[in-house]
Amino acid sequence: MAPLLSIDDLTVSFSQPDRNISAVRQVSLSVAARECVAIVGESGSGKTQIFMAAMGLLAGNATAQGSVRFEGGEILGAPAPQLNRIRGSKLSMVFQDPMTSLTPHLKIGIQLAEVLVCHAGKSWSEARIAARRMLERVRVPDPARRLNQYPHELSGGLRQRVTIGMSLLCGPQLVIADEPTTALDVTVQAQIIDLLRAMREEVGMALVLISHDLGVVAGLADRILVMYAGRMVESADSAELFRHPRHPYTAALLKCIPNLSGPRLERMPTLPGQPPQPGDPLEGCAFAPRCPRAAERCRAERPLLNGGAHRVACHFPWSP
Amino acid sequence: MNGSVSINDVLLRVADLCVEFGAHKVLRDVTFDLYAGETLGLVGESGSGKSTLARAILRLIRSSKGSIMWRGQDLLACEPGALRALRRDLQIVFQDPLASLNPRMTVGETIAEPLRIFEPGLNAQARRGRVGGMLERVGLAADMIGRYPHEFSGGQCQRIGIARAMILGPKLLLCDEPVSSLDVSIQGQIVNLLLELQRGVGTAMLFISHNLAVVRHVSHRILVMYSGRLVEIAPRDALFAMPIHPYTRALLAAVAVVPPQDGAAEPFGMPLVAGPPIADAPLRRERAAPPPGADVGCAFRDRCAYAVGICGTAVRLEEVAAGHWVACHRSKEFAAPPLPPQD
Repeated sequence: MAPLLSIDDLTVSFSQPDRNISAVRQVSLSVAARECVAIVGESGSGKTQIFMAAMGLLAGNATAQGSVRFEGGEILGAPAPQLNRIRGSKLSMVFQDPMTSLTPHLKIGIQLAEVLVCHAGKSWSEARIAARRMLERVRVPDPARRLNQYPHELSGGLRQRVTIGMSLLCGPQLVIADEPTTALDVTVQAQIIDLLRAMREEVGMALVLISHDLGVVAGLADRILVMYAGRMVESADSAELFRHPRHPYTAALLKCIPNLSGPRLERMPTLPGQPPQPGDPLEGCAFAPRCPRAAERCRAERPLLNGGAHRVACHFPWSP
Repeated sequence: MNGSVSINDVLLRVADLCVEFGAHKVLRDVTFDLYAGETLGLVGESGSGKSTLARAILRLIRSSKGSIMWRGQDLLACEPGALRALRRDLQIVFQDPLASLNPRMTVGETIAEPLRIFEPGLNAQARRGRVGGMLERVGLAADMIGRYPHEFSGGQCQRIGIARAMILGPKLLLCDEPVSSLDVSIQGQIVNLLLELQRGVGTAMLFISHNLAVVRHVSHRILVMYSGRLVEIAPRDALFAMPIHPYTRALLAAVAVVPPQDGAAEPFGMPLVAGPPIADAPLRRERAAPPPGADVGCAFRDRCAYAVGICGTAVRLEEVAAGHWVACHRSKEFAAPPLPPQD
């Protein structure tokens, strides 16, 4: 079966007055129907820009090369009217900060109903009923009252429930959630993860989860893709990635995460050095300067993403 | 880190501290001791009053009631001049490393500023030497002294903030979410740096974070705050082995954990606490408006799955085991597993 979303050889660069900065370099990935794929990486790794390109939401000074196909149709360079038939209905997005992704001066009910009026051709009264049902589905208590409230009257967790509900209104094939729990407290974060899990079961949409937090991803994703300095460095089944990380970056990252159980160490494990900045020139493997396994070859020759189900871009990966 | 703290040497004794912003009570009767050389973790969700507590201790904001005894002297009763002299020993590191540095001052000027104020007799050359040495101690090259904050990454800016706070060798360092805005691969570097500096100087730390795993790593004892009140105080191991307050339990249960790699110490799915899985202690509601008369009862009772009638009455911290204090009417029941069934 053809994948729902397939990205081939995508490069995203931003033109600055003095130079061009590549945020995403030759990334290929695909998302199948009903699948949950997580993209993890640190700030500046390019994980968000891949999907800004996929949504046609790149900044004005950005150019995207390569191909992004949704249900077989090319998205890169598609005219806005065509994109608007897909965006918000078949393909929707949940952002990190629910306060800034909701319009502050419109009541929740209007913002939700508007989606259905615009994308599904419903009347306002039908849309309002559907909006209330959606709030029930995303477990917002007292939905009838919430429809008449403004975003600032809701807690962060409730606001994120509203934006998740909004993303599901038109029965999308794919929801892209960019750090959906990062702005929330731990207890609320756990509730939102539960909600996303339940929605996947009930609605059956595919989900792309963009996160810097491997803990959040662990409980949701079928497959995990690891980004470093604009490139994909590893891709594997979720359980496999946690058990047998093969790229030295992934392995080091997993070791760096302090846990709640297990022995406490005198020093926290660390990754030395800094990730390269988006504008830095990259020769060979971008992780080589921080890598415990780096050799001459790593600095000269860029490793390609290789392998079957578990792919890794490394000349000297840890053995499976 | 372990066992080296003399519990007789109270550095800071906060008693019944209240802070009000208008009608809003942000801190309510906060009482705790901090010992010399100790790292005291402070956890709680956003809006619980963690940062307010740090700022109130430094008198950066006004407290409405209570006392803050610093080595026997009440900071709240200090004259401005005396307070200024005491601030030499009380330093703070902020969450946002870039925002906490003056963009128009070089790194050298920023780190030298405390020396200019508190050691005015120092000549320029000696000061420069101290600053260069401090830069190296926080892992930056001494020749970066003339650069500006925007030339550094977030992790490096946090090192600069730490250098500024530590150059006078303070007795207490307040760390307000010092690693929260940093990437995972950088967090460990900064935590280790703080621990190294602490070992060298013997500085006590109040380490504020919403990241329980980091707090577990650095702290000797941990304070849990909810809605402006301390709800649990415990030695680190006791808190993670046997959290008692239902809020603490819910907080620990909510942490999204990463399954261990092959060869890691313990199997995935190991229960976090003794007794029944704390995931069975759900929060009732996402959040509720404070009930009328919220001032008296337990602030958590509206979200607590174990709340009963008595929870509407005033509750104070009580010692349930050595050094383990809990503000919960049902703490005696909860201290003995298994947890009682929900109402």
